[in-house]
Amino acid sequence: MSIRHGLLALLERGQMYGYQLRSAFEESTGSTWPLNIGQVYTTLSRLERDGLVRSLPESEAGQRPYEITDAGRADLALWFATPISRADRPRDELAIKLALALTTPGVDVRSVVQTQRAATIRTLQELTRLKYASDRPEDLPWRLVLDAMVFQAEAEVRWLDHCESSLVRHRPAAPAAGHDPAAEAVERTDERARR
Amino acid sequence: MSPAGDEARVPVLDVRDVHRTHGSGPAAVHALRGVSLTVHAGELVAVMGPSGSGKSTLLALAGGLDGPTAGDVHVEGQRLGGLDRRRLAQLRRRRIGYIFQDLNLLGSLTAVENVALPLELDGAGVRRARRLALDALAEVGLPELGDRFPDQLSGGQQQRVAIARALVGERRLVLADEPTGALDSQTGEAVLHLLRRRVDAGAAGVLVTHEARHAAWADRVVFLRDGVLVDSTAPLGDVEQLLTGSGR
Repeated sequence: MSIRHGLLALLERGQMYGYQLRSAFEESTGSTWPLNIGQVYTTLSRLERDGLVRSLPESEAGQRPYEITDAGRADLALWFATPISRADRPRDELAIKLALALTTPGVDVRSVVQTQRAATIRTLQELTRLKYASDRPEDLPWRLVLDAMVFQAEAEVRWLDHCESSLVRHRPAAPAAGHDPAAEAVERTDERARR
Repeated sequence: MSPAGDEARVPVLDVRDVHRTHGSGPAAVHALRGVSLTVHAGELVAVMGPSGSGKSTLLALAGGLDGPTAGDVHVEGQRLGGLDRRRLAQLRRRRIGYIFQDLNLLGSLTAVENVALPLELDGAGVRRARRLALDALAEVGLPELGDRFPDQLSGGQQQRVAIARALVGERRLVLADEPTGALDSQTGEAVLHLLRRRVDAGAAGVLVTHEARHAAWADRVVFLRDGVLVDSTAPLGDVEQLLTGSGR
């Protein structure tokens, strides 16, 4: 992560200009990840260069809105569908990803949760296999390092379980935009679960 | 920790499109809705899912403790639905071991008598049953405690006795429902280690758990939600990639 994907997810809600994107981004991430406006515009120009967003004509107030392109939607869908590697997680990308998934139209949040859970449990299986193979007394330091990774991964799965049960019990409040993509996403998820 | 052998062999457990409905009409509860699961010798499969997702129902069907509303369960090629009560009971005693959170040890019998009981019920002579029970107790690390009564053993030791009872003789299918219960993490891990070792020695195992750390002892993890199997991890491959970047 992926300011890129954060901005794409926000633009999936509807067209926005730079300052709107910045405040929506900070709102989505609980202000745990402050952005400066320069980062927003640099990222937007790279996204535009790559064909993932397009800029629209300036408004009378001199603001230039951006909208997501089909290629941008495909890139965003791929991001949501791909589990994050635990080896490459400078910030808590997963928490931010789920927060954005909840407010992005068309995202099946329970499926995002399950994809991550399966990937993290697979990591746990691999760590456990390494532990099982390291049962000599002199392996203890290494085993404890493995345990650290095991407990971190386990904590993540417990949090994902918690997210899922919260999704089933509560519908999140509507975001500022006109329609309520979060409620729609939960509805879609519920519907899928019922099938 | 991975299943060996070819794809063509008969699975120890073959659950085919099972449904289980409790009650009928508008009050009907669909505990399982079309679940299939195959487990081969040398393979441990963990079943995860939220409360009420059908995990324990699936285990009960797999062990012949309950029958499906539709679909079939085969154990070592035998369709459980096609067996009469006597033959089903015999298959359960001889081929299937159960480990539950509730240990069900008989307080008036010693550890070795508890372990020998299913063999004796199955017609084994007392001396042979005792010998096999002592072997099973040795396998779970309690070779010296066979003559103690359950209330003279710690919780972890009692759980080991229950596991010895599940593993005694030639059990080919071991079914475990939250087997670590309230045990501390070290003792719980020892229990899983035993289960894993028995599976590696050629049994097939199914482990129902809500703990990811316990499910991770399995070769494959399947996820149930609302009575439907929604996902499954692939069998493990090379783990070296995991260590790259983990800083060993």
